[in-house]
Formats: sequence, structure tokens, C-alpha cells
Amino acid sequence: MSAAGTNARDVNASAAHWLERREFESWGEADEAELAAWLAQSWENCVAYWRLKDAWEHTQRLSALRPATREQAGSALRKLFRPMLLRVSAAAIAIAAIGAGFAAYLDGPSETVYATQVGGHETIVLADGSKVELNTDTVLRSRVGAHERLVTLERGEAYFQIAHDPKHPFVVMAGDHRVTDLGTKFLVRREDKNLEVAVTEGRVQLDTPDGRLQSPVLLTRHEAASVHDNKVYVTRKTALSLTNELGWRHGFLVFDHTTLADAVAQFNRYNRGKLVIADPATAHLTMDGTFPIDGVSAFTEVAQEVFKLRIERRGDNIVITR
Amino acid sequence: MAETVETNRGTGLFKPGATMTASEVEIWFVREVLPMEAMLMHYLHQNWRNKSDIEDLRQEVYARVCEAAQKEVPEKTKAFVLTTARNLLINRVRREQIVPIEAVADLDELEIAIDAPGPERNAMARDVLRKLQGALDRLPPRAREVVTLRRIEGLSRPEIAQRMGISEKTVSEHLTRGLCALADMLYGDGSDLRGKK
Repeated sequence: MSAAGTNARDVNASAAHWLERREFESWGEADEAELAAWLAQSWENCVAYWRLKDAWEHTQRLSALRPATREQAGSALRKLFRPMLLRVSAAAIAIAAIGAGFAAYLDGPSETVYATQVGGHETIVLADGSKVELNTDTVLRSRVGAHERLVTLERGEAYFQIAHDPKHPFVVMAGDHRVTDLGTKFLVRREDKNLEVAVTEGRVQLDTPDGRLQSPVLLTRHEAASVHDNKVYVTRKTALSLTNELGWRHGFLVFDHTTLADAVAQFNRYNRGKLVIADPATAHLTMDGTFPIDGVSAFTEVAQEVFKLRIERRGDNIVITR
Repeated sequence: MAETVETNRGTGLFKPGATMTASEVEIWFVREVLPMEAMLMHYLHQNWRNKSDIEDLRQEVYARVCEAAQKEVPEKTKAFVLTTARNLLINRVRREQIVPIEAVADLDELEIAIDAPGPERNAMARDVLRKLQGALDRLPPRAREVVTLRRIEGLSRPEIAQRMGISEKTVSEHLTRGLCALADMLYGDGSDLRGKK
């Protein structure tokens, strides 16, 4: 074998080693910086890493085949659940209309309401030093003081970085469910009747205050619970898929084997001009890519070019047809 | 009545001639270049005798293509990749005088390859799960087991080590080697680089 051939193989082995570390070990900012420095050394390092990373991300599809263990956990939890009602707060809707990042005081100074418009993104720091990032079309009520730390996610999505205080646990209410922080960074999203909680660091506990959910669900780093149709499903996510899911924090939507229907639904969360899929047969096409959150035209260009779909403007809507 | 949105409007990510940020290069590379790998490997195999150089050549083509694309997104990815490969082979022949000139077998084939229909990305996307399954089946059994335990059962490295009765270091080795083989099978056809010959 030539010396040059050995070189490419070594670079590939190093790239694979980085991915292995990133997959299995706790991964912090120092690791990210170390990886960035390695990548910056040469284009050879970059292409080897990108290529293997993409291959590894492909294998994530295998998790669709996830058998018994998780399924059984899901069905066990399912039995504990009774129908859950969607709570709609009229007050929240009124406040959301006031505008992005606007804080209104209700019921005295102890409660603050934060709201973002469609396409909005705001970071707020609460009285206890905890940081909350609000995504598009979100309403959050907060009651955070010396003795109590309670916020209610009326709707939308928020990413929490909690200042830890074991004496006063930080509680997020989302509909009937309660998420209790045990020292952590986590995401809570409400969408129609669904709730998703995903943990990027530390642990949280998910339950209902009325004890309907008899054994609370404990979520640790990289675990996510989705609650829909009155059932709780716990899944494990990779650091990468969580990063993708939090792409909005940096103004991006990241698609990884995302169906056209899901991609359209995501864009519609952020933009007032709505995308509509006219031909249901196209909804199952899958795509990869990263788009600016308001990059509807970039997205439709890709749909046109890659899937050979037709894009038509009809009033405020953009209709995707074959 | 209905008006068609023009394609060259707006914030198209990969506009020919534009520059890209490093993270855009990654997206461009994964989306535009990697699907060409089987074709690139075919070209390299046909035009280069020393098979042990192929992996190195592929890497170098990718590196050069990305470096150039960051400064200016090429208009036609496929022609750009193949031309880069050809130039690389020619330079190699010139530089390493040991290599007989016939090593670059038939550069006319480049023209033929460029004109041949490229991989249809849409079809590729649909094909991925089937390809992935096939690639997994061809992995060495231990490597396959590590990938499966990680991806399907979500086990940690110590858990996998315990389940398989091997050390954590061996788990790492199976995963890293398996990953390289998996990529070769997913993008190229994989048989030439790490096959039995």
C-alpha cells in the first residue's frame, strides 16, 4: 500500500473515532472546540468527518425498527393515562396578539406573561437567573420569586436553562402535565394536543399534579417523552438529533429524512404565508437539508428541483403540486 | 391565475458562483457530492491501476472539490467532480514518474461519464433504507451487533461491552471500523475498497 493510501485511511479512522466519542461520551463545549480545531486542520479532515457523520445519521433510521423494550414501556404507561383535555387560555391568546417579547403584568407583579408572534424568537432571563428561549408563536406565564418557581407554557415551544436550586424546584406546567427540573437544560413544546419534552442536560421529571400519572416518568440526558392521544412515549435521541431539533435557536430548520409533510408543517409554524401540499402522494417524500427559518423560497426551490414538484402562489398560500 | 414562483429568486442555498460558509459547504457536500460517490469510484477504478490508491484519491477529490466550492459554488456538480478527478489523476501521473502513463486509461471516458445520466437524488432518497439494510447485512457480525445495539436498543458503550462480553475499547473499534465500511457501502458500492480482493 502506498504511503498516501495509508493517509486517507488514517484520516477516516480519526473521523470515525470523533464520531464514536461524540456518540458515546458526554459531549461539552470543550469537546466541540477540540473537534472544530481538528476539522480546521484540513479539508481532508472535513470531508472524511462529514461523510462518516452522514452515514451514521442514516443509521438513525434503524431506530424506526426499535422493538419490544421501548414499545412495552410505552404500553405500560399508556394504561396509566386517562383522556387529557386541551386547555385553552383566552387570556393567553389576547396577550399574544399584543406583540413579540411583550411582557404584561397580570394579577399583581408576581406573574409575568411573555409572548412571541409567528416567526418570533426571544430570550428572557427570569428573576432567579434561569434563561428561557421562546420559539415562534409561544405564550409563557411565569411566577418566579424567592419561594416559588413556576412557569406555565400556554402554547408553543420553549428551551429552558435552569439555575439550579434544589430547595425550590423549577416547575413547568404544560396543560395537565408538570415537568419538574432536577438541574437541567430541556425543551418543552406544545402543538395541538401533543406535548414533547426533551432533555439536553441533567434530568427532569414528568407527571401530572393530580397524580393521574401514578408513576412519574424520569427523563435523563438525550431522552424525550412525547405525549399524544393520551399516551406517553419515551425515546432516546442522539445529541445530533436534539441539536437539529433546537436549530430554531440559531434561526435554522434542520431536516434529516424529514417527510415533505413534516417539513411543510415546520415552516408553517414560523411563517404567515402558509405552504399547502395539494397532492397527498407527495407528502411522504423525504428530504435532508438546513434552511433559514424564513427561507420558504429556498425550500420551494429545492422541492421544485429535487422532487420536480410545481410551486404555485394562490393568494397568501404557496401550493405544492405535482 | 396561478403564478409560478421563479426558481432563481430568494435565498437559494447553493447558487452557482456564490461563496459558502463552512457549514454550507458541509450541507452542499452531503447533498450534492456524496450521491456521486459510486460514479466517482467507478471512474477512479477505470482510470487508475493501483487499487490501493483509490481511497486516497477519493478523499483528495472531495477535499479539492469542497475547497473550490467554498469560494465559488460550481454550476454542475457532477461535471465538476469528474473534472477534478481527472486533473488529479493527470497531476499524479506527472508527479510520480514511476506510474506508467497508461495508468490514466482513457480520459475520453470522462466526457462519456459526464454526459451519462447522474444519480437521481429523489430515487436515492427512497432507496436509502433498503441500501442501509443491505449494508448492515454485509458488515462483519460483531460490528453489526454494535451498531444495532446502539441504534435500535439505545445502549451505552459499557452496556454494549457487557452484553457482548467484550471490552469497551473493542466496542469502539467495532463501531469505528463498521462506520467506515458502512459509508463505503452506502455511497459507493463498497465491494472494491474493503472487499476480499
